[in-house]
Amino acid sequence: MQVGLVHYLTVAAVLFGFGMLCIMTRRHAVGILLGVELILNAAALNFVAFEHFISGGVSGQIFTVFIITLAASEAAIALAIVLQVYRTHRTVMADELTDMKN
Amino acid sequence: MGESVVFYLLAALTCVSAGIVALSRNIIYSTIALLGTFLGIAGLYIQLSADFLAAIQVLVYVGGTLTLILFAVMLTAKIENIRTSNTARARLPAMAVIGAMLLLLGMVANSTEWPIKIAKATPSTAKLGHAFLSEYMLPFEVGSVVLLGAMIGAVVLARRAVKRDSERE
Repeated sequence: MQVGLVHYLTVAAVLFGFGMLCIMTRRHAVGILLGVELILNAAALNFVAFEHFISGGVSGQIFTVFIITLAASEAAIALAIVLQVYRTHRTVMADELTDMKN
Repeated sequence: MGESVVFYLLAALTCVSAGIVALSRNIIYSTIALLGTFLGIAGLYIQLSADFLAAIQVLVYVGGTLTLILFAVMLTAKIENIRTSNTARARLPAMAVIGAMLLLLGMVANSTEWPIKIAKATPSTAKLGHAFLSEYMLPFEVGSVVLLGAMIGAVVLARRAVKRDSERE
């Protein structure tokens, strides 16, 4: 069977599902960040697949380059914040960081 | 034929390691499994004739982001309870919600008539460079400013953490 658009969309959907699972269930802050990375990769794969099979040109790849750029900067900032939180609270479990709750 | 075999191998690598990322109880295993996902996606990019993106994927994600994440894990994880460092909560309801969402996505993707053109696999690096220096000039420059800002912000935030720690000791 010829590999077509739907196959790539399926892979991206599986990645997106696992990413959502990470974000919804993980307690560790870095684990949540891993889920965000999975979702960003799924979106980028969709952009490239749609460009290859439907639109042509290079616009999908341009968008993917921007996604990779933003993911890198987002990871740097998020990890710096995680280090700060660990310094003040001695934990990075998301459900133990309840300062703003009461 | 050979192409589809390669596709299924790469897809299996991507999905299985994404599963380990989402389900492993050890944060180190989750992080290392992300390596497999990134490499599998780089291979899929090559199959979609996005050769430059594959190189960027390996360089930026595997070389940069993953190293950064591993550093953060090593600096924050308590090593005695590393085996259960990445526990999850409320997994069943989350799985139900995600299953419903994926079902909806699949129905939409199946009921849509995609106007598919069979494109030949051609290298796209030169075209990408021309597009960046003509049509997408402004977003490209704004992207570099964003990277600079993020880098300075990360250094300022993380440096304070490391500095105060060393003063305390």
